[in-house]
Amino acid sequence: MAPLVSRKTLIGGMTVIGLVALWFGLTTLTGLVTGARFPSPAEFWFSLKQINGRGYAGSTLASHAVHSLKLVLMGFTVAVMTGVPLGLWMGWSRRVEAFINPVFLIIRPIPPLAWIPLAILWLGLGDAAKILVIWFSAFVPSAINAFTGVRNIDKPVLEAARMLGTPRWRMVREVILPASLPMIFTGLRLSLQASWTTLVAAELVGALVGVGFVLNMAQQDIYPGMILVGMVTVGILGWATTVLLARIERRALAWNVAARD
Amino acid sequence: MTSPPLGFRETMLLGLAGLASFIGLWSFLSGSGIVPAQFLPGPLDVASRFIHLLTSPFAGATLPAHLASSFQRYAYGVLLAAAIGVPLGLLMGFFRLLDDIVTPIFDGLRFIAPIAWVPFAALWFGTGIGGPIMIIFAGAFPPCLINAYRGARFVEPRLIEAARMLGTPSSRMILEVLLPAAVPSIIAGLRVSAGLGWQSLVGAELIVAAAGVGFMMVQAQGSVQTPTVMAGMIAIGIVGMLIDILLRQGEGWLRRRRGLES
Repeated sequence: MAPLVSRKTLIGGMTVIGLVALWFGLTTLTGLVTGARFPSPAEFWFSLKQINGRGYAGSTLASHAVHSLKLVLMGFTVAVMTGVPLGLWMGWSRRVEAFINPVFLIIRPIPPLAWIPLAILWLGLGDAAKILVIWFSAFVPSAINAFTGVRNIDKPVLEAARMLGTPRWRMVREVILPASLPMIFTGLRLSLQASWTTLVAAELVGALVGVGFVLNMAQQDIYPGMILVGMVTVGILGWATTVLLARIERRALAWNVAARD
Repeated sequence: MTSPPLGFRETMLLGLAGLASFIGLWSFLSGSGIVPAQFLPGPLDVASRFIHLLTSPFAGATLPAHLASSFQRYAYGVLLAAAIGVPLGLLMGFFRLLDDIVTPIFDGLRFIAPIAWVPFAALWFGTGIGGPIMIIFAGAFPPCLINAYRGARFVEPRLIEAARMLGTPSSRMILEVLLPAAVPSIIAGLRVSAGLGWQSLVGAELIVAAAGVGFMMVQAQGSVQTPTVMAGMIAIGIVGMLIDILLRQGEGWLRRRRGLES
């Protein structure tokens, strides 16, 4: 007879309950961890109410979150729209690869976050600088994985398509793109992760609105409750976008047996 | 394999053409004044500033000194991540209870970008050396844990069964069966960790630090010294690349030694 809940869920649930109890115990009950180090549940709740009602760092949590989400989606989209086609092209043509690869090799070792000061110099503290930095950071994983995807296509598949006289455009649309799609999605996942990291960093360095800005203000005000609110928001946003991408992936790759498990 | 590989000469020529057009475009944009040289200095300006920074201090130290203090934090952070992540991953791969307890916590924290730990890191450990180390740790920890865990989980069951049949105690099982079998996976994880740690370091230093390359770049940005910012980017890129090359060599050496590839 199968148990009502799996062992995993049971232990996981108990862990979460245990952690909350530990949190409550260490802060409110015993005061071992003071509010200056880590907020108690009550302080966290108070901060959450404050930012949702009166607002903090210029606006409410919802508008900070929406602003950050918008920037990530815009930067991510620009990166994917440029990175994937370039990667596919480099995978398709050895000439293009040979031409672009050395430039890639020079630029790639520079961590995305290192572009932040330059982006601020060029475009200031507004949205444009953030989108630029997200683009730089999310572009590379998209391009590299699309490239690998094309290179890993079974040679017989391409030869068969070519032998049957498939025209160029149909070749790209019906052979190359679908065959490299699993790798492309791997790249998109990495790009999305990079987008969030870069945006939060860029907003911490300089911004006027956004979850990173909330974190920055809370740090300057030495306000642990609000820091925790900011971190939880970052986590939820990152989780939600990842889940959304996974949904899209499952739908796009419904034909792919390997991706099903 | 889409088209036949190019010959060596053609690859070199095309590569050089690519580099030349990149540098040419860069020089053209800054030289012609389309982009003000203050914001986009030419390649030569950046190179000469780089050389200048090697000996004369900016933001309190020379470039090598900044790099040294960055690297020190980096080494501490990555070593700490490996020292905690690898054993924990192995234990999780062996004891299912520990796995079931740690996994939900880990999954919950996974979606928080490492850089979002900055405010707490600054609050708990200050902005000197402790705070940045914690950020590097947050960036480098997950791959250490995940790869050690996977390595331990996917050990050939026959090995574990044989060892168990011979009455091997748990401690020896972990040290003498799981650990050696998981080494390739662990090393691959360490390489990823090293890269992510270096990234996190840069982020941490941009926000909280009083020394280091990231700090130097923020200072230069504040006083609109674009060549210094770009020299910093180059320095970070070079060190990151060296770290990656060294670890790749180490990984290759280890794999060869264990007969995994010839």
